[in-house]
Amino acid sequence: MNRKVFQLLVENSSGVLSRISGLFSRRGYNIESITAGVTANPRYSRITIIASGDDDILEQIERQVEKLVDVRSIKVLEPKDSVYRELCLIKVEVTDQTREGLISISNIFRANIIDVSENSMIVELTGNQSKIEAFLGLLSGYTIMELARTGITGLSRGSSDVVWLED
Amino acid sequence: MTGADAMVKCLEQESVEYVFGYPGVAICPFYNSILDSKIQTILIRTEQNAAHSASGMARLTGRPGVCAVTSGPGATNLITGIATAFADSIPLVCITGQVNSELIGSDVFQEADITGAVESFVKYSYLVKDAREIPRIFKEAFYIANSGRKGPVLIDVPIDIQQQEIGEFAYPEEVRLRTYKPTVKGNTLQIKKIVAELNKAKRPLICAGGGVRLSDAKEELRQLVEEYRIPVVSTMMGIGVMATEHPLYYGMVGNNGFPWANRAMKEADLIMMIGARVADRAVNQPERVMKDTVLIHIDVDPAEIGKNAGATIPIVGDAKHILAELSEYEIDGNYSEWIDALENYRREMPVVRKPVEGFVDPAELIRKMSYKMEDNAIYVADVGQNQIWSCKYHVVRNGRFLTTGGMGTMGYSIPAAVGAKLACPDRQVVAVCGDGSFQMSMMELATMRQYDVPVKIVVLKNNYLGMVRQYQHFTYEDHYSVVDLSGSPDLEHIAAAYGMKFLRITDMENIDEKIDEVLSGNTSCLCECIIDPMDLV
Repeated sequence: MNRKVFQLLVENSSGVLSRISGLFSRRGYNIESITAGVTANPRYSRITIIASGDDDILEQIERQVEKLVDVRSIKVLEPKDSVYRELCLIKVEVTDQTREGLISISNIFRANIIDVSENSMIVELTGNQSKIEAFLGLLSGYTIMELARTGITGLSRGSSDVVWLED
Repeated sequence: MTGADAMVKCLEQESVEYVFGYPGVAICPFYNSILDSKIQTILIRTEQNAAHSASGMARLTGRPGVCAVTSGPGATNLITGIATAFADSIPLVCITGQVNSELIGSDVFQEADITGAVESFVKYSYLVKDAREIPRIFKEAFYIANSGRKGPVLIDVPIDIQQQEIGEFAYPEEVRLRTYKPTVKGNTLQIKKIVAELNKAKRPLICAGGGVRLSDAKEELRQLVEEYRIPVVSTMMGIGVMATEHPLYYGMVGNNGFPWANRAMKEADLIMMIGARVADRAVNQPERVMKDTVLIHIDVDPAEIGKNAGATIPIVGDAKHILAELSEYEIDGNYSEWIDALENYRREMPVVRKPVEGFVDPAELIRKMSYKMEDNAIYVADVGQNQIWSCKYHVVRNGRFLTTGGMGTMGYSIPAAVGAKLACPDRQVVAVCGDGSFQMSMMELATMRQYDVPVKIVVLKNNYLGMVRQYQHFTYEDHYSVVDLSGSPDLEHIAAAYGMKFLRITDMENIDEKIDEVLSGNTSCLCECIIDPMDLV
């Protein structure tokens, strides 16, 4: 089982996301996360998908996705040539005794405290997946009340394989 | 001009001659506008068959077949026909009426989310939200359906959009799709590699699939095969690409194919798959067959290459272009020893059938009928035992062999034959089906009668769902379950009810004269052939 991060450029129109996720479900491909958002050109959206499977399946995913009429391009974001980021919001239960500890862990990870109440705090953390996993690992002594993760989004480094979008 | 008028104008611009369909309120504006057009409408008797008829027509004209049905049940009934066309890569443009745009999503009468429901069986679909988009959408739909790997495209048009005033009609000159650009021309480097491998090969074999026909590459293939004397086998969808009795053609491969053709696949040191999917019915255990073989896979769909077997030389593009380019190279190979060996296999591995006296032998009937049919006749096989017998024993000369190999939808033959006959009124069209598949489409006899579509229908009657009965014979030791077709109507009465000529053949006595009688004249005929209920393919 391998994992790959795919980056798609697609028409920014209704139904595109359902066509892509529908393709994954009907062909039995594993999808770990999917994120989507409009690009600088509002006619296109950029979608980042993490999928897992053996090499044949990952290759089929690339080809089947590329075949969709709404998909302009698909490429693999190789870890060494790319940057990935994920946003994670964590609502942690705190008491007067534990609040300071959480703040100092958050500072080390450059995470932001974005909400504080009497018995909880929401921490916002951005990073690659291993950073987020490491942070969550350090919270094992705390009670996580709610957790929301966006799934990763990414870009390849440098400018050599930029797809320039016409207007 | 209304949206509905524009829809009709678009079809005229695409030179559409026939629309198969079934109206309902949600598609009525369209059917009202089409009355003022030269386009002929065919009222099919159930929506699924509208897609099958459009498929039969598309396969003869090379252009997308068109069907138009209403919303809700009309649209959902169409799905099996769409799925059938999708599996066989047949270009269709399917128009569905939809409830008023403002009511979509509120579960009103005859509302169905057809674009959602049909998603996995179409190449693309549209839900029209503004009638001014109709010309662009239709232009795109026809282009998408009939380019790259062909297939059905669905356009869902709410009734208010059909009624919307749009002012002037202007049909786009060209398609501007930023995200859809199918590969046509093959990579020259890969083509050179094919030449090099063919030079090295001792036992090359071409396996032709339906893609050869779809890309109209029949002539290019024949030239290549004859010039370098390369033997050819075909998949079910590739039947007819080579004339059955062409000396270099060895018939259909697969678990229902000929033993010598399968042996050729096993022993070849180079296999060139052209427009074929390497699917389960055609190539058993592809990974084993291909282990020591150079596999060249030519397909217009990059996703098919490597899906079922890893290709040594993958080449994406249109078979016609690639074969034409390949013919510009000199291939230095001599395969006469291999051809001698294949000839021996064909002689040594005869297919022995033991027909039971007192019944019609379907194999002999089909074979004999082939020679009596007109040279360019169109033979449409249904699904079941009749399909396998047809594939094995029908002799294609300059005609066509149509069947559904991918989805295997029972009831395909009669509506597809109707579409084929309307496309080619001067050619003889024969549909061959079983008594199970006949009853799935027998309502279309009315369509044939109404529009005077003279198709010959041959029903191989055994009072069983033969293919399933055969499976239960082998797998469940004759423990037959739900395969008995007792209660079927007397076909003589059916023929009389629809005003058709009828002929019953009960055994092989005077079979030649009887077949002649069935085929004589450009009139419809229903022929019932009583076959041994226990016969196996």
